[in-house]
Amino acid sequence: MNIVLQLIQKEIKSEWKQKYAFNGLLLYVVSTVFVCYLSFRQIVDLPTWNALFWIIQLFAGVNAISKSFLQEGRGRMLYYYTITNARSFILAKIIYNLLLMLVLSGFNLIFYSLFIGNPVQNMPMFILAMVLGSAGFSAVLAMVSAIASKAGNNFALMSILSFPILIPILMVTIRFSKNAMDGIAWAVNQQFAIILLALIAMVFALSYLLFPYLWRD
Amino acid sequence: MKNNTTSVFSGLQWWKWLCIVLLFYTFYQGLMIEVPRMAILHETIRNLFFHVTMWFSMIIMMFASLVYGIRYLSSNDIKFDIKASESAYTGVFLGILGLATGSLWAKYTWGAWWVNDAKLNGAAAAMLVYFAYIILRGSIDDEHKRAKLASVYGIFAFTMMLVFIMILPRLTDSLHPGNGGNPGFSNYDLDSKMRTVFYPAVIGWALLATWITEINVRIKVLKNKSEE
Repeated sequence: MNIVLQLIQKEIKSEWKQKYAFNGLLLYVVSTVFVCYLSFRQIVDLPTWNALFWIIQLFAGVNAISKSFLQEGRGRMLYYYTITNARSFILAKIIYNLLLMLVLSGFNLIFYSLFIGNPVQNMPMFILAMVLGSAGFSAVLAMVSAIASKAGNNFALMSILSFPILIPILMVTIRFSKNAMDGIAWAVNQQFAIILLALIAMVFALSYLLFPYLWRD
Repeated sequence: MKNNTTSVFSGLQWWKWLCIVLLFYTFYQGLMIEVPRMAILHETIRNLFFHVTMWFSMIIMMFASLVYGIRYLSSNDIKFDIKASESAYTGVFLGILGLATGSLWAKYTWGAWWVNDAKLNGAAAAMLVYFAYIILRGSIDDEHKRAKLASVYGIFAFTMMLVFIMILPRLTDSLHPGNGGNPGFSNYDLDSKMRTVFYPAVIGWALLATWITEINVRIKVLKNKSEE
């Protein structure tokens, strides 16, 4: 566990060192929201508001997490190979990506509400949906990023591989957050939270079990 | 180099014979058997033997692909990767046939080639996952690297396919029998006559899929040998 924390620290430090990449991501989110604002002006239809929010979230997530392995060169991977093991490495990557996704979704939510408006009735539940969705995204995307980087650093491949397997998590999250928007009672909505948690547990377990096979060349 | 005159049938294993017999039975009985007369469905109910069976055989093929993928990861034997990929290709082929037969059925019962139904969308998404699997395989040149990445992605693909076609449709209403308050198909088939065709049909189509896969695996192995 100690080594996982150290790896997360190292990720944060190296992110801090190249601030332009992180700032670039924030700018990506803000400018996407702004483009949506200019094209839609105002969104009255609730499902559209929700769907657009999650599509921005999806693209931001794929952009942010694709670099988590694509940026690691061969030399650096060899170095990690000598100092740590596969399981702690993927765990650190997932947790770090989760933090990144949370920051990005926070930004997304603030600017999205600012420009396009915020019709959400049950904000805590919506934020819970955001946290769970980010957790699912980060586990899937970390793994797909590892696969795509091994397959020759191809960014298009990253989107092709990740979009279809993100659909279940995305669909349940959209349903869950839509209910939060309508202020539907927790008793009704909790089934989606449970399904989402089960899905997240599943992708976490798969990533954790399968990453050691990708680790070695 | 003797014995070139033997008939094509002489070397067939028993399960291939079984496949031929079951499929003949499926086509004959499937079209001739007396089916329950239902409103809307009418004679299209016979599509049960050709549409639903495609999905059954597809899942069997994908499961085979999953098992061979896991066996590749634990043994690093390229033979298992060939089997995994060819099973997945056959599965995708069956999935396309399943979509096509389903689309035809939807046109004559629900009124459109494509309806916004959880099962249809799930099946289409499952197909997308496996198309991505094929693209991934195509993008890597190194044999062992391709095998490893494809096996890992294949395991993800299979679990997501189960989520798509087993779990997500149960969350919403569906036009399909057995979902969203619709009676299951077993309710239509009161005298169980359709079962006598349906189960043999499932086995027949699954055997045919296995047969296709087996031939493709043999072709692939021979190609690999000739390239060496």
